[in-house]
Amino acid sequence: MSAGVSKGGGVSAPVAVRRSSFGRRLVWYWLLPVAVACWELATRSAQAAYFPPPSLIVGRLHELWFSGPVTRAFLTDEAVADLLPSLGRLFAGWAAACAAGVAIGVALGRSRWLSALVEPLLHFGRSVPPTTLVPVFLVLFKIGTPMQLASIVYGVVWPVLINSMDGARTVDRQYIETGAVYRLSPWQRLTRIILPGASPKIFAGLRLSVSLALIMMIISELVGSSEGIGHRMLEAHSQFDIPAMWAGIVLLGLLGILLNAAFLGFERVVLSWHRGARS
Amino acid sequence: MIEHRLGRAALGALGIAAFIALAELAGRIGLVPEVVPHMSAVLATAAELPLEAEFRADVLATLAACASGLAIAVAVAVPAGLLLGTVPFVERSVRPLVEFLRPIPSVSLIPIAMFLFTESQDAKTALVVYTCTWPVLINTLYGLTDVDPLAKETLRSFGFGPVAVALRVSLPSAAPFIATGIRIAVSVTLIVAVSVELLAPGDGGIGAFQSLAGSANRLDRMLAAPLWAGLIGLAANLLFTAAERRVFRWHRARSGAAS
Repeated sequence: MSAGVSKGGGVSAPVAVRRSSFGRRLVWYWLLPVAVACWELATRSAQAAYFPPPSLIVGRLHELWFSGPVTRAFLTDEAVADLLPSLGRLFAGWAAACAAGVAIGVALGRSRWLSALVEPLLHFGRSVPPTTLVPVFLVLFKIGTPMQLASIVYGVVWPVLINSMDGARTVDRQYIETGAVYRLSPWQRLTRIILPGASPKIFAGLRLSVSLALIMMIISELVGSSEGIGHRMLEAHSQFDIPAMWAGIVLLGLLGILLNAAFLGFERVVLSWHRGARS
Repeated sequence: MIEHRLGRAALGALGIAAFIALAELAGRIGLVPEVVPHMSAVLATAAELPLEAEFRADVLATLAACASGLAIAVAVAVPAGLLLGTVPFVERSVRPLVEFLRPIPSVSLIPIAMFLFTESQDAKTALVVYTCTWPVLINTLYGLTDVDPLAKETLRSFGFGPVAVALRVSLPSAAPFIATGIRIAVSVTLIVAVSVELLAPGDGGIGAFQSLAGSANRLDRMLAAPLWAGLIGLAANLLFTAAERRVFRWHRARSGAAS
């Protein structure tokens, strides 16, 4: 919200003003370095075995994954071996679940009786904690990528599906009727009226799905994997490598922040017409 | 209207029956792999599970961790949110910290939690607390931005202090948003609790039940457990939604929401 405001103001305002408002926002981040410094001091003085100081964690993080050669963007062999499969599965599973969820959801939402037919089933499917199906998938697919993809897809698909269905069902009737007057083809009606009309709801579901995909990626790697970030953390657990475990937590936290920011940016671009129309 | 609703319910029941029949048929004609038990077998196992004391104890262990974790999270997050929301300086300072901690996926903390807590039940509760704190906190803060400034000013002009204003005006008016935050949190508690149980099945729980069923190669029992977990999740969601509607009827009337 505040980012949108400052961006809008920056178009006509001189650069100096823009910079000072950015500086003013940056000032409010003062607590972050203070908190890290306190954490460092407290952990150093307490010598707690399970809480290594942040400098040690960052050191381990760097050593494990980001101390590689410049030609490979500083990534180490471990980083390539751990991060790429994890991220690949995350995106593949998320994309597949979102595509299926939107397609099926919109189709169901356009038919009154079909949506009534499947609604209780969908709400039940959504209520099943996806982690309870991870051991089932483990039996069906054995350890490896298919099992992890199945876990991610199951975790992600429900909020997307249900929100898409809701969105498609509540598209303004007048728009549809106007489209009929202009003799839009079914395809045009879908892409010009129904999908845009449903998109705010669809995006609400997609937003929920980002963090769910990350959770399911991690848990599926912790339970059944021979590679990936989660597996590396479990290995650190069994080797009593506490800093490496914390490094994994920090890495996954950063990943969470990045994914959220990327998604919000994407949403802002795609839905800019919607906010414009409402304000 | 009632007829319409009845029609929808009948269609929904038909959908469930059709799904069960199709799943059974797929099993009979061999569309699904041999290892997967037939739908009827899974349903029969699921129907028998509540008679087993073991299973009841496992479900209770999971629910206890979820409930106590949620209660602790609410007890921490609501006062914290109230403090943040009423003192702008604190809010603006702490906000970035919250935005950095919130995206850390709770399940990534499982390995470290398994070290910190020797009892798996405690690890479960702690992770549920971590997971639930954020939605409750964020929704509390959001609700506090929606407080009617006139009501606050009125109380202030009658000589009430900031604490009284926070407790008498801000908290009640943010309560519907807090309730929404709690409902969002509830849906994640089971996911997190079961995750811990799968990795550290020491103290029982639905996940531990599944691990045991897995080592005994009983896929029907492994599938029956999610069935019950789904029903419990559904019941919890319905319960919280109904409670929200009932308690905060005044709020819906005021904001003019239709549903």
